[in-house]
Amino acid sequence: MKLLIVDDSLIMRRAIERSLGRSRFTEVHTATTGSLAVDMFERHKPDVVTMDITMPDMDGLSAVDLILKKNPEAVILVVSALADKATAVEAVKRGALGFLLKPITAESIQTAFDNILSY
Amino acid sequence: MEEAILKIFAQSITRYFATVTGGEAVLGTPYLSDNDSESIAFDFSAIIGITGSHRGNIYYTAPREKLHALLPLIGESAPDERLCAELVGEITNTISGNAREQLGAGFMISTPFIIEGKLVSVHAAKDTTCYILPVSWNSHSSRVLVSLQQSPATS
Repeated sequence: MKLLIVDDSLIMRRAIERSLGRSRFTEVHTATTGSLAVDMFERHKPDVVTMDITMPDMDGLSAVDLILKKNPEAVILVVSALADKATAVEAVKRGALGFLLKPITAESIQTAFDNILSY
Repeated sequence: MEEAILKIFAQSITRYFATVTGGEAVLGTPYLSDNDSESIAFDFSAIIGITGSHRGNIYYTAPREKLHALLPLIGESAPDERLCAELVGEITNTISGNAREQLGAGFMISTPFIIEGKLVSVHAAKDTTCYILPVSWNSHSSRVLVSLQQSPATS
């Protein structure tokens, strides 16, 4: 399985990779902006994407739109600190399969990840 | 307005520490920054600009020792300066984003800007009052600075 982790925070990228377990993936790629995420998605075709929202250059919801245009079957879990209901609803409306609110724990990201894989 | 806003950020920061550390952050009594060049910053600070329904900024500032104590709890076994800077940015981002639960999607947050150095002075956003929320966790102090006013269109 190939994973793409999108977050402008190094701490978060490392925490997500560590929590999900590097060994379960054949490849782990990272991106720090929405536009880099779209490029990385096109280049590496990951099986799953974790996507932050508030990032420089292009935000995560715009990146979700563009990724799903390229591949409507893309599996995307949004991981964000934005706690208003409207944002979570918007993420799912745009095609994300899950929304996980920061701060995360190893357990919360593992559960959310397993949930979206079961779709 | 100030009390309600401070309560929201108090909840956000205590939630952060409860989730990440499993322990409790204790909040001190909020007080006003005097807006002069009082050095209230610790070793690492992050600032997030706020626009939309409110205008101003949110700071989180913490000493190196506190960040070194926190980093292993999120799996970082070798704390260094870069990780300290990253963590303070992530904390500021999280507490600001979490505030949208009560403040709504119109509370627009920027990406964090990191500042290193104890000697950096912190200033409130123009024409706003800056409140300082002391935060204590595991005998380590840090501060949340809230400098906000409602935008004219939403007042």
